[in-house]
Parts: sequence; C-alpha cells; structure tokens
Amino acid sequence: MIRIKCPYCGLRDHSEFNYIGDATKLRPINPELANDDEWFDYIYIRDNPRGVHQEYWQHISGCRSYVKVLRDTVTHEVLKTGLPSDDLLFSYEAEK
Amino acid sequence: MFSKKNKQQIRRLSSGGLIDRSKPIGFKFDGKPLMGYVGDTLASALLANNVKLVGRSFKYHRPRGIYTAGTEEPNALVALRTDARTEPNTRATNIELFDGLEAKSQNRWPNLFLDVMQINNLAGPLFTAGFYYKTFMGMPGWHFYEYFIRKAAGMGSTELERDPDTYDKKNAFCDILIIGGGPTGLSAALSAGRTGARVLIIDSSKLLGGQLIWELDQIDDKPALQWIESALKELNEMKNVTIARRTTAFGYYDSNVVNAIESVSDHLPTPEPHTVRQRLWQIRAQKVIIATGATERPLVFSNNDRPGIMLASAARRYANQFAVKPGNRAVIFANNDDGYKTAVNLAEKGIDVRAVVDSRTYVNEFWKTKLDELGVELILGSAVINTHGHFGLTGVDIASLSSDQKSTSSQSTFISADLLAISGGWSPNVHLYCHAGGRPQYEASIAAFVPGLRSQSEYPAGASNGAFSLIDCITEGTNCGIQLATELGFSKTIFSIPQTDEPSVTPIKALWRIPGKGKKFVDIQDDVTESDIKLAHQEGYISVEHLKRYTTLGMGTDQGKTSNMNGHAIMAEERGEAIETVGTTMFRPPYIPIAMGPLAGRDIGQSYSAKRKSAIHNWHHENGAIFIDAGQWLRPQYYLRNGEANTTQNMDLAITREVKGTRGNVGMVDVSTLGKIDIQGADSSEFLNRIYTNGWTKLAIGKARYGLMLREDGIVFDDGTTSRLSEHHYFMTTTTSNAASVLSHMEYCLQVHWPDLDVKISSITEQWAAMAIAGPKSRDVLQKTIDEEDLSDETLPFMGVKQISIDGIPALIFRISFSGELAYEVNVPADYGEYVWRRIMEKGTTDNIIPYGTEAMAIMRIEKGHVAGGELDGRTTPDDLGMNKLISSKKEFIGRRLLQRDGFLDPKRPKLVGLIPTDGKSRIRTGSILVKDPNASLPMPKLGHVSSGAYLSPTLKHPISLGLITGGSKRIGETVWATSPLHGEINEVKIVDPVFYDKQGERLNG
Ligand SMILES: [Zn+2]
Repeated sequence: MIRIKCPYCGLRDHSEFNYIGDATKLRPINPELANDDEWFDYIYIRDNPRGVHQEYWQHISGCRSYVKVLRDTVTHEVLKTGLPSDDLLFSYEAEK
Repeated sequence: MFSKKNKQQIRRLSSGGLIDRSKPIGFKFDGKPLMGYVGDTLASALLANNVKLVGRSFKYHRPRGIYTAGTEEPNALVALRTDARTEPNTRATNIELFDGLEAKSQNRWPNLFLDVMQINNLAGPLFTAGFYYKTFMGMPGWHFYEYFIRKAAGMGSTELERDPDTYDKKNAFCDILIIGGGPTGLSAALSAGRTGARVLIIDSSKLLGGQLIWELDQIDDKPALQWIESALKELNEMKNVTIARRTTAFGYYDSNVVNAIESVSDHLPTPEPHTVRQRLWQIRAQKVIIATGATERPLVFSNNDRPGIMLASAARRYANQFAVKPGNRAVIFANNDDGYKTAVNLAEKGIDVRAVVDSRTYVNEFWKTKLDELGVELILGSAVINTHGHFGLTGVDIASLSSDQKSTSSQSTFISADLLAISGGWSPNVHLYCHAGGRPQYEASIAAFVPGLRSQSEYPAGASNGAFSLIDCITEGTNCGIQLATELGFSKTIFSIPQTDEPSVTPIKALWRIPGKGKKFVDIQDDVTESDIKLAHQEGYISVEHLKRYTTLGMGTDQGKTSNMNGHAIMAEERGEAIETVGTTMFRPPYIPIAMGPLAGRDIGQSYSAKRKSAIHNWHHENGAIFIDAGQWLRPQYYLRNGEANTTQNMDLAITREVKGTRGNVGMVDVSTLGKIDIQGADSSEFLNRIYTNGWTKLAIGKARYGLMLREDGIVFDDGTTSRLSEHHYFMTTTTSNAASVLSHMEYCLQVHWPDLDVKISSITEQWAAMAIAGPKSRDVLQKTIDEEDLSDETLPFMGVKQISIDGIPALIFRISFSGELAYEVNVPADYGEYVWRRIMEKGTTDNIIPYGTEAMAIMRIEKGHVAGGELDGRTTPDDLGMNKLISSKKEFIGRRLLQRDGFLDPKRPKLVGLIPTDGKSRIRTGSILVKDPNASLPMPKLGHVSSGAYLSPTLKHPISLGLITGGSKRIGETVWATSPLHGEINEVKIVDPVFYDKQGERLNG
C-alpha cells in the first residue's frame, strides 16, 4: 500500500486513487502549430525511469482531483504531491 | 481422583508452569484421546503425554518430533480440526489447546509408525538437490510421474467444502506501532506511551512478555513476570495505548503499512456466535518499532533430526512455561551460552542432564560453577557427531573437535539420552525489516545477520536488532520509544532502566557444520542436507538466491526460519568466501502462512462486487425479466411471459416478440444505465467543442445532438447524445460501459489541459432513471401519460428536448432514437423511475405496449447499422465506421491531429459493412474472421472480422451481422467467408450496406 497526500483530502491509501500516468507530458498549447514530432512525443513517448517519476493519480474515490505525485519507482516512496500546475521535480530538487 | 488424568501426562512436572491444573482439557491426536491443561499448546500437551513422533519428513519420510516451541517449527505440522474446518500444515507449537481439539499427523501412509514412503530414506542419494528437475522434467512422461511425486511429497491436504467461518478486516492508525510484546516492545510501549503518543502494540501470543514469560530472569530482584504484570497494568491505564494480543504482523509494506492477522477464535473449537474466526489488520503507522526478537538455530551434524532432538531454548521453555519434561536423560550441545541456561533450568527441575557439550574451549566461571553444583558434566571443545534411535533418540556420540573445527577425534564417546537440546546461536528476526526494504548485514560477533540501513520508518530494537541480553533489550526498547515519540513532537518524560541479574556472556564461536557421515539436515522441513548444498556448489551455483531455488532451502512453510543462516554460511564455506560476501536471501511477506479467508474478508459471494440495479428493477423482476450483467449493472436481457421456461427456444421467441412489438406498435426499454453527466458553466459549449469531433457552439437551446469523442490518438472513444437545456447547461449521455472513463477523461481535460475553462461537471447517472419508448405508437402513449404538453412534431421535432411533467413529476423528454423508430427517451428523478415506468405501461396497454430487453435493443440497432461496443473496440477511426461527416474541419478537438496520420488514411483499413449469410440462415459467430478463400494455404490472409450480429432479425427474417472489412463499402455485393476455426465454422456471407432496415430513416417520424 502506498499512501498519497491529496492536496484537498490529506494522506490517503492508494486504493482510493486511480493511477493515470506520466505527468511530464504537456498537451501542445497551440495544437495547430505543434509539429508531428511534438504530437508523437506527447502521445506515445514515455520514459520508464529508475528513480524519481512525476505522475498523475486521480483521487477517484475521494474528491476526484488529479494529483501530481513525485514517486521513486525503486522504493515506491512518495516524495512530494501537488496540483497539476505544480512542478514537483523542480521544487524537490530545489529543496535538496 | 486426578490420578487417571495425570497418568496419561507422564512427562508433566508436578509443579510450576503457566498452566491451569484445575482446568484439564481433552483432545485427540491421530484419533487417540489425550489430556492437557488450559495454558498448553498442542505441542506441550503432546510432549506431556510422551508423544515424541509427530510427523514424517517431506522427502525422506524420516520420523520427526517436536523441534521448537514457537512459530519457527519446521516439523510438527498437523492437520487441525475436521471436515470443512480442516486446517492443514498448522504448527502444533502455535496452537493453543482447546477442549475437543482434533489433530492429525501428515505426510504418512498408512500411519505414523508404518509409513511406506520411508523407502525414500534408503534411496537417499536419489533425492539430492535438483533431483526432480534432473530426473523428470525433461521426460515426456512428466505428467504421469507428477501425480505420484506430488502424492508422495505432499504436505497436508485441504478440504473442498466451503469454509463455514467468517473473517473480518480492520483498519488501524497510530503514531508508533510496536511489533512484539517482549521486554523490548513493552519497554518501548511504556516510554512512548508516557509521552502521550498514540501507541499500538501487537503480539502473536495470548500472553505478553515474549521470552520473559518462560525465562527465570529477575528484574529489580523480582521475578520477570512481576515486571511484565506491572508494565501491562500501566499500559492498560493509558488511553493512548492499544494492546492487540494473538495478532501477528506478517508483512511490512510501502508507506509504513503493516498487515497483521488476529487469531480471534483460533483458540476455540468454533467461533462464538457473531464472532469472526480471524481478522486482518491493516495498520498505518508513522513509526514502527520492530521488536520481534530472535530465533535459535540448530547445529548441523549427522542425524540431527531424530525425535528427541530440539532447540535448547525450546527444551527449557517446555519445562519452564508448560511444566513438561522434554526428556528424562538430556544432553546439551551448543556453541554459545544458551545451552547452559537450558542445562541449569532442566537440572533444577530434576531432569537428568548428562552433559553439556560445548564446541568452544572456554566458558566463564559462572556457568562452570553452576554445572558443578548440579553435577552436570561439562565437555568443552567437543561436538555431537552422530545420534542413535529411530522413533525416538536413544543416545549420542561425542568426539573432540580440532581447533579449526574441520575434523573430530577418531575416538568417540556414547552417552545414552532421550533428549538432545541444541543451540547454534541466535538469528535476529529481520523478516519485517527486510519486507520494509532493508538489507541485513552480517555481524561476526554474534554470528548472525542484523538490520542495516533503514529504508522506511522501521526501527528494529532489542534481540531483533542483535541485542540479545535482557538489559540491552529493555534499554534499546526504552530509548527507541522515547526517541520516536520525541521526533513526532511528543514531549519527553522521566524514565529509568531496571536492573537484571544476567551473568556475563562468553562470545559465540560460529560452528556451521560438524564433520561426520550420514544425513546432516540444514533445512529440516524441506529435507535439505549439507551435502545438497555441497552438490549445488559443485554444480556451479554461486548466488544464495539460486541455491535456495535449486535445493529448496528455506522454501517450506517455515520460510527457513531455523535453516537459512546455516545454509548460507555453509555455502560461503564451500565458496571459500566471507559470509558477508555471499550474503543472505531476502525475506518476503508473509512471515507466517496466511489463510485466504482473512484476505478475502467479507468480500465474498454477493459482496464481492456491488450489484447496481436501476430504479425500475423491481418492475422488471415482477414481469419476467431475465437479467444480464452489464459491468456491475443488472439489465433485463429479455422478458418471459406467463411462466415460460427459460429455454433457448423461449428466449428466441421472447426476443422476436419484443422486436416485432416495438416495430409494430410500441416498446419500452430501461436505459437508466447510460452514463449521464451534467455540464454547467459559461464555457460549456467551448468545452464540448474541444472534446467532441463535431461542432457544438451553434446547438440551439432545447436541442440534442449526437456526439463522437476520440482519444488523443484519433481512435473512437465513446458516443452519445448531449442536449442543451439552457445557455450554459448541458445534459450529456455516454455508453453504459464507458460512463466512468468518460467522466474521468473530462475531469482530466478540465483539471490538467484547460483549467482556465469555466465548466463544472458532475455524474448524475444515479440521479435520473431513463426509459426509451419506441415504435409508431410511442407518441400516442406518451401524450396520454404526460400532463398538458403537446408532443407534436412542431413542439418536439426529431432531436428536440423538452422539460415536461408526468403526474406532477418533472421529466426531461428527448426525441432521439436508437431503434430507428419514432422514439422518445424520458428521464425522471430516480425515485420516481418505477412510478413513471408503471404509468407509461398502464397508459400503453391499449396500444399493446411491450417491455424489451438488451437483446431486442441490440437487434434493432444492428438492423439500423448503428455502431456499439463491438465496433467501438479501441481500434476504429471515425472513417472506419463511416462517420466522417461528424468530423468538423473548423475547430480543434481531442484526437484531431492524429486522425491525419498516414496509417489512418491507408485505403486497406477495414471499414464498416453489413453481412448476411448467403444461405439466409447460418448463424455467424461474432468475432469470426473474414477471408476470401477458406482453403487458402496458411497463414490465411485476413480481410476483416465480424464485430456484432443477430442470429435472427425478426424484421428481415434472416441473420444479420456488422463487420469491418478491407475495402468496406466498395465490396458491397461480393461474397467472402466468415470462419471461426476454433469452432470449426465456415460460412459464406454476402457484403451489404450496414443499414439493413429503413435506409431513408422514414420511420423516425412514426
Ligand atoms: Zn482528494
């Protein structure tokens, strides 16, 4: 069991959440102007890092928020959580 | 008066022990009635009755006796209870004796004393490491041999009857979880509890105190039991401290979540009424103190497995806690001080202790003097090199050890004994520490692996941390409790460490194996011998993890609790490497075998998954509905009439009746299961524009529109109608199966992609009951039902939406059609669903209204060529389904960009067509593969597949199907073959337009 801190509901069991996926891929802000490579990267290319990973979990059985989670894929340790607009990796590195 | 009962318990000491002699208990072992006392375990009661032989070994079927007194027991595994409650492989050492207990020995046939498989023992060399793999695996007859091998090597067998007991789950939260209620755990609970921290202390026994329960230590010059009693008294008075007894932590998971099993009723013949058998605890702690103690190891020498040989600590536990003589004539063999404690305890209780054999050459004066006083011979620098006896030990051979411990003197001395108590040192119980992610490190001073770095918030303390003396346990526990409470923000309190009366310790000298011939068991449960490990090494096994799997060392139900350390050390010696280099295998949950019952808890049978019933369910049930599972929903599949039996023939009749009735007059279907999402906010139109492929900004208020949703990769995701109720308010419907994923997708878009949009969405699926009324007479029936409003084409045209009322009940009415008939969908608040349905049925009686189920609904949609789940299969594009007209070129939407990729423009892509068997009657199985020539050589080129179908269209009088085929509508008129090789089906089909019925859509107007 991983425990995840929802920014709205507090520390909760991971069974209340749905795992969504990589949170580092941003949808092209101007879809018309983005080229094929950018679309391809956004839709298909996912890193599978050993270590720190920024990902989305939806608090499906709670407030239904999309929670950004910084998790270590080796230890499963949840290092940081926040809102979709937060850059957790940046603040995590800065705090280190 | 007590003579009869006591005669049986010939090995019971006349006084002492934590048993209640006023409460005798009757029990049966292998059918033989025996007596014990309250406070006994099954193992102690068996020993009291002089039952030495309790099982046969796994591979060699050698006679085995009780080897330990605790959870680590490798031998005394019994089948407990009878019938449906039979519990195989239960450790006799852990079973609290109860009245009427029945246990049977295992792995013997026909009985313990005459076991035909004993032949394996003589065929010994055959059963070496990897024997099964080497001998049978590659042979063609493996399946033939497997049956006999499994029968011969099996542990206990289980019953197939349903478990009559219930199980529960419990969630617990605490600041500090303390696992283990021995001196370390109690000290930690006291010091942490006094700070006010929320403490949960769990222990697997009924009695807290751990090893102190059965040791004769003094604390502050008083018996240790008094210290335990006062500690428990104080803890019981603290409101912030919870004590859970008979509760065993079996796994330490991520985020400091610890799972434990509480044996609520395992000590009773059957659970009390309304009480569960076991309870699964899921404990979420901020900090976890692991105070799980240590386990004594055996020594590895020839024939070290005979009944009558047991761990030194177990021998004194039986004497001290249960007042049982583990033997009449004892020899102690040890490489550390523990054996002396046992020798003294046993001798003081009147047992004839013949000798203490110590492999070391030195021991301190305290023990020498003690043994002298008691008249026990001390043999230093020596070892037991062999044992004698068959069903029970009769004696041991002793020889002196060379200084390098690699050889023994050629002369040996025989000592007659029926008990050999052995101690090879103690291994800290690092299991939970390993589960948490820790890697144990070798500590040479105690010849054992101890916890290393911390990976979560786990804090091993006391014996589980390698601190074996009582004073160290109390000190570490106390300090750890204070430290963690302080870290969590609780204030310090004053405390003191009590005094103990322990003698100084002479260090252990590692002794991993004793030279000699004959079987030297390392893993006594799995019958892994020292020579198996040698063989594995000779065959090139280097890693301990590989050694484990090759020899099965540590793979039994005891998970190598007594054997791993010896096995790994012997491997290290064979490799000529240090133990720290060779390492140890990782322990994984569960720490003890766990039954499936508590893991399932109450989530069994009907409670396994929620059953969703629509608001109209009762009416369906009363009116002959046969239900089908649609996800969690129960939906009427078809309705039987007047007591019709549920046969295939009657099903076909019912479906035909429903389709004909609807197309001929009027029918009604419950569509409450469709996903419904309420959308509000100033940017609602813009939001719909971005998630649907078609345009939404120009949709008039009071109008509905069919919408198509794509995934980002351009594949069709879902479809449904969405209606504009007011300027900024929409009512969306989704397919039943995608209701949850569409909602999540929309939430993702709003929260992640476009948080700037002013849109709020909410699932309203369960708030509204919905029913579709279809057929040429649908308007007449509805007009009769509703209050006042006019339903003419002028006020409610096709794709129109109206807010009306039925008997004063507010209703939303949509003029939409899935069947192709003039049709309406009526939505009312769920609480009125059944009422409104009944009203419409009543009003429709004169028009011969008929309810229809999902089968008739599916047939009518296929007749109309409407796509559904079979076509929206996660592989199709709008173009594949002939829906290009729904793709707006004037705006951006999810999935638009990837629609334009080359792969989607490939003219060979399979596209939607209709299919009819050329013979007009063959049933075409959904999923059949479409090929040009069924006799073509393999691999046969595939043209497409059948995506959905009706075995009979009542309207067209022949089977119809939809399929996806290369070329699509260009092939109309051609014939191909639908094949299902698994079923041996090959049928010729004609390709036709996917709209089979009413191509012009004239029936929509009634
Ligand atoms: Zn939440």
